[in-house]
Amino acid sequence: MKKFWAWGALAIGLLYFILPLMGMTNFSLKMRRGVYSLDAYAVVLGDPRFQETFTYSVVMALFTILFGVLLVVPTAYWVRLKLPALRPYIEFVTLLPLVIPAIVIVFGYIRLYNTSSWLPLTGSITGTNILLMFGYATLALPYMYRAVDTGLRSIDIATLTEAAQSLGAGWTTILFRIILPNVLVAVLSGAFLTFAIVIGEFTMAALLNRPAFGPYMQLLGANRAYEPAALAVIAFAITWGCLGLIQLVSRFQKGTQSPV
Amino acid sequence: MSSDSSAAKPPARAPFRLPLHWLGAAPFAVFVLLFLIMPTMRIVIGAFQTPDGGFTLENIHGLFTRSILSAYWISIKISIASALLGCLIGFAVAAAVVLGGLPKWIRGPLLTFSGVASNFAGVPLAFAFLATLGPVGLVTVFLKSQLGIDLRLLGFNILSFWGLTVTYLFFQIPLMILIITPALDGLKREWREAAQILGATNAQYWRMVAFPILLPSFLGTLALLFANAFGAVATAIALTGSSLSIVPILLFAQIRGDVLGNPHLGYALAFGMIVVTGIANTIYIWLRARSERWLK
Repeated sequence: MKKFWAWGALAIGLLYFILPLMGMTNFSLKMRRGVYSLDAYAVVLGDPRFQETFTYSVVMALFTILFGVLLVVPTAYWVRLKLPALRPYIEFVTLLPLVIPAIVIVFGYIRLYNTSSWLPLTGSITGTNILLMFGYATLALPYMYRAVDTGLRSIDIATLTEAAQSLGAGWTTILFRIILPNVLVAVLSGAFLTFAIVIGEFTMAALLNRPAFGPYMQLLGANRAYEPAALAVIAFAITWGCLGLIQLVSRFQKGTQSPV
Repeated sequence: MSSDSSAAKPPARAPFRLPLHWLGAAPFAVFVLLFLIMPTMRIVIGAFQTPDGGFTLENIHGLFTRSILSAYWISIKISIASALLGCLIGFAVAAAVVLGGLPKWIRGPLLTFSGVASNFAGVPLAFAFLATLGPVGLVTVFLKSQLGIDLRLLGFNILSFWGLTVTYLFFQIPLMILIITPALDGLKREWREAAQILGATNAQYWRMVAFPILLPSFLGTLALLFANAFGAVATAIALTGSSLSIVPILLFAQIRGDVLGNPHLGYALAFGMIVVTGIANTIYIWLRARSERWLK
């Protein structure tokens, strides 16, 4: 009897998740009347705007990851090593982007960094791109920081640091040749999640008027019927891919660590 | 950036210990200050300012008009409905897998899938639901042609309160599953055995032991899901355009083109969002701290 209810709950849950995925896949294949075809995908993939915005978002994601790693890894390391008293406060700050809606943060950017301010980032295209990247880094901060901090917890950074120092290593060497390789799996998890967040982000890019993939999808959704479903399938595949890669790298780490 | 800060570190090891090791946290502090704290403070302060910079409560007062209040009210209702249903359904699924005696292999894929689904929000999610429950969506057409049920005649519309709630559930339920599964794992078998030895029935065990232990994480997740739905912009805009007046959509339009005709009312609108999500998250943090006592 208990099993019956358990299977029932699971089945209803699964149905709820599978139906929309089926719906979008089914719809994306129906562009040509009467038969299933990949026409919608061909139209989307062949659209120069798709290629431009997708490339833009991929490049932004890569820069965001690079910046996020350079910001978070040294900070999390340093706080654990020298400033443990600060940890609860830093942790609280890194969770703030989950509390303050993205739309509010970007509203603040627009007011704070407009052309007549002390730091007129929105005045030029490069400036706006940099501002958007900082915004993405802020959105990804909770995930990135938590991933890296968890990674650091599992290694003995104090001993590693002392060992490296007694062999004559400087701080740059310690960070990039000792600490970073040891938390690489955690960093990669954070990086893939950042990628998944940035690639489909809509609010910040739209309000800063940058040609990113999220606003492009929204525009297409407002004007077309079948192409948006194809985009949804592509976006779902990307999310699935990113999360799958996280699983893969963490399994890889377990495999290498177990003999020790 | 990182090498700058690390270059300044060695003096911290000198005998008289200048507090230079604080510099290691400086790049992070500067970034957070410039791109998280200050922008937010700018909004909060702006909500209490007149156009020429004086203090005023007029903007906050301006929120209490019928259209803005109703936008907040719809937003709050959608957030509560999707958080509540998300918690209940997510709990049912998690409980089925953890306690229901289902095969062990289901658990891993379910958690992975939940991770993906809870991140599948925004514009594509709206498309998926339009293709499923929209006017010519898969389920709509199936119900109409095969079972003769017309969702539209039943009053269901994907561009409405329930449409948005059902769509939000797609990322709310998996988030609940991800958070509540560890809590369910934390229910120790000894507690159930102890209760049984003392003569408790199954219902009594749930009502008097398991339920009180799970309640804080349940309520805490409820608050988190609430804030999650309340701040969601992209899904709502892609789904409804601007036909449903909820706070994030109103704020989006205000930032784009000052639809309220008063820039400082925009600050107040955003400030109101911070207050609502802030309250929800304070409840979450407080309750999570309480529930973690049992999960060691």
